Amino acid sequence: MKRWIAFWSILTKDMRTYYLKPPNISWGIIFPLAWTGMFFIKSGGGLEDVQTLLPGVVAVSMLFGTTSMLSVAITFEKKMRSFERLLLAPIPFELLMLAKTSGAVIFGVANAFVPVIMALFLVDLSQVVWGLFIPAVVLIAIVSTFLGLFIAVAVSEVFEAQTFSNFFRFPMIFLCGLFFPVTALPVFLQPLAYALPLTYGVDILQGAVTGEHALPYALDFILLGLFCLVLFVASLWNIKRKWIT
Amino acid sequence: MSPHLSATCVISVADLRKRLGEVDAVDGISFTVGHGELFGFLGPNGAGKTTTINMLTGLSRPDAGTIRIAGIDCTQTPRAAQHLLGVVPDESNLYGELTGFENLSFCAALYGLGRAEREERARRLLSELGLAEAGDRKFAGYSKGMKRKLAFAAGVIHEPRILFLDEPTTGIDVASARQLRERIADLHDRETTIFLTTHYIEEAERLCDRIAFIVAGRIVRIDRVEDLLQPIQGRHVVQISSPTVLDGLNDALSAAFPGLDCTLLRHGLLRIEADTPVPVGPLVRFLEDHGAEVSEARRMQLSLEDVFVRVTGIEAEALRKEKEKTGGPR
Ligand SMILES: Nc1ncnc2c1ncn2[C@@H]1O[C@H](COP(=O)(O)OP(=O)(O)OP(=O)(O)O)[C@@H](O)[C@H]1O
Ligand SMILES: [Mg+2]
Repeated sequence: MKRWIAFWSILTKDMRTYYLKPPNISWGIIFPLAWTGMFFIKSGGGLEDVQTLLPGVVAVSMLFGTTSMLSVAITFEKKMRSFERLLLAPIPFELLMLAKTSGAVIFGVANAFVPVIMALFLVDLSQVVWGLFIPAVVLIAIVSTFLGLFIAVAVSEVFEAQTFSNFFRFPMIFLCGLFFPVTALPVFLQPLAYALPLTYGVDILQGAVTGEHALPYALDFILLGLFCLVLFVASLWNIKRKWIT
Repeated sequence: MSPHLSATCVISVADLRKRLGEVDAVDGISFTVGHGELFGFLGPNGAGKTTTINMLTGLSRPDAGTIRIAGIDCTQTPRAAQHLLGVVPDESNLYGELTGFENLSFCAALYGLGRAEREERARRLLSELGLAEAGDRKFAGYSKGMKRKLAFAAGVIHEPRILFLDEPTTGIDVASARQLRERIADLHDRETTIFLTTHYIEEAERLCDRIAFIVAGRIVRIDRVEDLLQPIQGRHVVQISSPTVLDGLNDALSAAFPGLDCTLLRHGLLRIEADTPVPVGPLVRFLEDHGAEVSEARRMQLSLEDVFVRVTGIEAEALRKEKEKTGGPR
């Protein structure tokens, strides 16, 4: 019970001080809107393209939303030394880091629904399998948050965190099957695509929206789950090693 | 020493070491702090005080040595005793975007306090520290002294059994420093075990049961305040200033007044110590007869500062300079 009071307070504090700040809210809405607008309108293929583009736009919105928020929330607090207060609190490390990341996960999920709501006005989404789409959105939010965490811990400056995460984010847009299938990539790049968690998330999204997917859903979900676990454990290990010196 | 002080050892540190960059920030220190004791860690800038606190509170891992807190071995698992601890760090690292009240409530929540209780305590602490008005303003807009006071409140709001205070009164005004010292004394009365670092000698003398002098990562002396002061109790000191040269005269003085202990502190400043009251009149006459022009003769009150200087070899001047920079206690 006591631990959950701490967990909840950390989460709500982060929501208030980072995620619900007007600039971040508008970033969280405008950024996905811009992506959506760019792809939906400029694709030139007419409205039926909205559906093929939707999974990619959802994924890119979440990827950018979660990673940028999280590296700022964590790297900034580390730099201001207020993170030390959290390290002094008598809660298990794992719970502390879950509290620090769940805000970004929620932010990511919210991001995902900006393009979805927009698409709802343009096309008929009745054939979308929401039972697949929503769990995939949640898992993508978690995995990209933990990727952001991993990056935030690997670097010490806010600026570096941004640069370093772009180093990951932009290639992922092209490698992970967001706007064209992984099979369309040059053969030597395909293994790289399968080494990135987003590939599996996008595969589920594609399946849920268009019915076409490359891998069995169960495999996608298992691999996404594994990525979450590995990234989280690796980040914790890194924090313990680097921040408690 | 406080009457309730028991022999139970709450903090016990053996041969603790930490190297930071090129310096041995903490270089093999050992000490124990008893239950309910107020233990002072007194040393100049860079002595290793904050490094020690960081290791004791689990923010930093020792290179060598052992730490036990309330019987818990914190050497291997640095965060194992944190439910017992409160920490007031040397820097105010609260959240600028939150108000004073929200900061306190947040810190209390980290220790699992329910909403009603933490808000009640936050209000009470704010008013006790004279921050009631400022409580609803953002922390980022606080003055330095207000920040220190809020940091103190944030460290004690969960009523820890063991409290670490890293220079709580550095850089704040007289009235605020007094308020904080009253709160510290209050916690001490309520049997909180307190580890206090400071470079204000008077503060340590006034508050602490026992004091460790730390210089360049090593403890040069640990003792109860009475025992530290004991050698200077009943000592009488007079300082004589003379613009004319006194070189060589102190030998003549020592010969003429066998009971006195004369030292030439620096050019023009002579210090005379004795176990009996110093005969100032005859002394001045003697000096004047020997051609020295006495401009001032002053009786000095010996304090812990003199002990510190004697034990550490650090000139009181050096510490005073630090104090002036940061606006010391008075
Ligand atoms: N991160 C670091 N890297 C390298 N050296 C460090 C680091 N932190 C502290 N030091 C060095 O370790 C020594 C002890 O520092 P520490 O902060 O513990 O001193 P302190 O007694 O708290 O001083 P102050 O009164 O100024 O707070 C100093 O020589 C300092 O320069
Ligand atoms: Mg310090």
